[in-house]
Amino acid sequence: MKKSNIQPVRSHASGSRRHFLQAAAGAGAISLLDAIVPVWARSMSVLREQSGPGDDLLEFDLAIRAHRMDIAGGKGNVMSINNTIPGPLLEWYEGQDVVLNVRNEMDVDTSIHWHGILLPFEMDGVPGVTFRGIKPGTTFQYRFPLKQSGTYWYHSHSQLQEQSGVYGALVVHPKGPDPVVYDRDYVVMLSDWTFEDPHDVLAKLKKMGDYYNYQQVTVADILDEPTSEARSNAIRTKLAWDRMRMMPSDIADVGGTTYSYLMNGLHPAGNWTGLFKPGERVRLRFINGSAMSFFNVRIPGLEMRVVATDGQNVQPVMTDEFQIGTAETYDVVVEPREDRAYTVMAESIDRSGFAAGTLAPRDGMRAPIPPLRKPPKLTMVDMGMDHGAMQGGGMDHSGMNHGDMGSGGMDHSGMDHSGMNHGDMSSDGMDHSGMNHGDMGSGDMDHAGHDMGNAGPVVARHGPDHHGAGNAGVADLQRDRLGERGTGLENVPHRVLVYRDLKRLDDDFDDRPPGREIELHLTGHMERYMWSFDGEQFHEVDGPIEFNYGERLRLTLVNDTMMNHPIHLHGMWMEMENGHGREIPRKHTINVMPASRVSALITADAPGRWAFHCHLLYHMEMGMFRVVRVS
Amino acid sequence: MRRMKSKCILLALSVLYATPGFTAKQAGTPDDWAIPMHKPGPYWMVLGDRAETGFADGHDSYTWDIQGWYGYDWNRLRWKTEGEGVQGESPEDAELQLLFSRMFAPYWEWQVGVRHDFEPGPTRNHFVTGIQGDAPYEFEIDAALFISEDGDASARLEAEYDLLLTQRLILQPRLEINAAFSEVPAFGIGRGINNSELGLRLRYELRREIAPYIGVSWEQQYGDTADLLKQEGEDTSETSVVVGVRFWF
Repeated sequence: MKKSNIQPVRSHASGSRRHFLQAAAGAGAISLLDAIVPVWARSMSVLREQSGPGDDLLEFDLAIRAHRMDIAGGKGNVMSINNTIPGPLLEWYEGQDVVLNVRNEMDVDTSIHWHGILLPFEMDGVPGVTFRGIKPGTTFQYRFPLKQSGTYWYHSHSQLQEQSGVYGALVVHPKGPDPVVYDRDYVVMLSDWTFEDPHDVLAKLKKMGDYYNYQQVTVADILDEPTSEARSNAIRTKLAWDRMRMMPSDIADVGGTTYSYLMNGLHPAGNWTGLFKPGERVRLRFINGSAMSFFNVRIPGLEMRVVATDGQNVQPVMTDEFQIGTAETYDVVVEPREDRAYTVMAESIDRSGFAAGTLAPRDGMRAPIPPLRKPPKLTMVDMGMDHGAMQGGGMDHSGMNHGDMGSGGMDHSGMDHSGMNHGDMSSDGMDHSGMNHGDMGSGDMDHAGHDMGNAGPVVARHGPDHHGAGNAGVADLQRDRLGERGTGLENVPHRVLVYRDLKRLDDDFDDRPPGREIELHLTGHMERYMWSFDGEQFHEVDGPIEFNYGERLRLTLVNDTMMNHPIHLHGMWMEMENGHGREIPRKHTINVMPASRVSALITADAPGRWAFHCHLLYHMEMGMFRVVRVS
Repeated sequence: MRRMKSKCILLALSVLYATPGFTAKQAGTPDDWAIPMHKPGPYWMVLGDRAETGFADGHDSYTWDIQGWYGYDWNRLRWKTEGEGVQGESPEDAELQLLFSRMFAPYWEWQVGVRHDFEPGPTRNHFVTGIQGDAPYEFEIDAALFISEDGDASARLEAEYDLLLTQRLILQPRLEINAAFSEVPAFGIGRGINNSELGLRLRYELRREIAPYIGVSWEQQYGDTADLLKQEGEDTSETSVVVGVRFWF
């Protein structure tokens, strides 16, 4: 057994290719970036060349503490792992056993969950589900074998500690050759930080769901519209939303009014920098370790080759921008050829702020930071509304052809489906028979200013059960939105990654057809800030969701709310049915777009109790959480 | 009456605090394990919707309209107090309501409880039932039916709308209508719609919780109530300029 010492690993000033000295770990051990390196100096360089798969067992000591430290340009009350935010970058090798001694030096219970790692459930680190939690002053020893490789992360699963800083990056190198070829390797961990007490943030949301939203539709915005027609459209749109008691600006519950967005623990002024030599292939392991934020990630001047998501290799796909949901990961490879700096831009989904860092040939360089783009607005597609039901909404439908709207489908006249691959969708097991695509191509569908141009097809309608008073609305029209760009990226003039682009690299698909289907609806109530599955908060449910050990099943998620929800299943992969047959990608976290219907195949091969929840921290805490029991 | 009131309060509190199912069954864990995600709450809020000074011909007044809640997502204890008086004097009207509320539809809660009217106005107790919530188009509605200890029934409807001129500058039209189902001459109340207040308040949210405002308030008395006032030589309509602060915490 090797016990890793926590040592300073990098001389910031050197800026050389040799990023670190691993004094005690020796050949084949893991390496840890650690507390002694000032937060501003951390490279988050992945240290593959100095570590190796030589040791069978690796042991780490992690201490969780509450203290004050410099963060985001101020002093904050944090909870940290080994005194840094993010916590130390953990590097492991597939096939190793790891032992982690996690010591709680705080006066409240804590825990660490190894996000995306397949392990015995007792080691999964969810208090009240897999263990009792780590009491103050005690140490819990995690021990598990590594059966996988890729980019993952770890975080507290106790209360709101993740918001306070208890998270870190985790890289497992493959046992065999890595199919991804690269010369440099960096973790880019995105997160959100607030100087407020996270419990105060939640209490404010409980009192006023739109407390942090200063991007609402105002009279001033309407007057700013360029033409009288645009103004009257804007008024009609506002009335339609007001009628539903919803807001088109409800993109993120918490935004830049309180958040600083961090890249590897640094706010934009801190300028995290990843060094490269022109011509090198740089692997960037993007991890969204935020509590409540989605990010739009791009590197102006560089195209990105997406090679993995949620730790799992995918067939390479080129893109210029991707949206990363909370708790998702994306690995990309970029090849900067010029001797200049490039900005790694991670704009929050509501465009209320951003995290940014730099790829540069030398330290201290900086490229222009692109301005924040206009805040996006939700559309009637996100509301999942039936057009028939909107008749009273003050909207002018005179130009629309309602005659063709039958049950089970709608007339997409004027909508452009050319970017969609309908051929691939048949393998989703979705029934499109009710859809009238034949009528497309005529007419001009003006939904009072709503751009429905690229909306995915309606694949189902909502049943009569509206999930009780704790759910504000349902997605009457449920769409397959896996081919759609993320919220707000509909019209950006470059390539944007969509879920349908993702195909797994390995040929290891479980060919058994699913024996049964479980359907869950994502539900909530923004005004009372209630979040739930099927209208039931966690404390209201009867018991766990039961999976039979060994079975193959289909989990279908329907988002009845108008927000994106990143849904995370512990312990087992969700193979997202995005139309690619045996090549559908494995995910630990699937973002379910508003009013969309997504399904995943699951092989229930991990006995035990597993958490299943929305990874927006406050949604989970408010009850958008279930336990899956595999037995 | 007092006994009935305390019973009501006790009942409300016990229902509010009821914590069904605080076991580990949701997670399928051993019984002595803590539940991973607790029932959210209790949370609480105090909202001073109107705390203002009014300037009208002849006399200046003050008004308060404050309410709060305490509880969980579905069940809450609500209190409301409002009153008014002439500047420098003790209140002419003052009331306190103590209510149990439960959400019954996504944007609506029903309320049941008691109301006490304080001196120097007529001191009375009422039984209260009402609904409060958001109507389509984001109108905030608070409607209540009052039955006094003498059996007189009256009703009140309040409606507000927040029009965002900018992210922080908000125009709030407000309408309040009071009606009585029976005449109570001793208290100057006639049958039918007694009075209305139409207000227009422009506030600026320094932060969400604190918003000073200026506005105009038009009060109008109707029907028998107006006649009764006229007999006493008082005005039946009044226009005031109001200055105040809206706050919550």
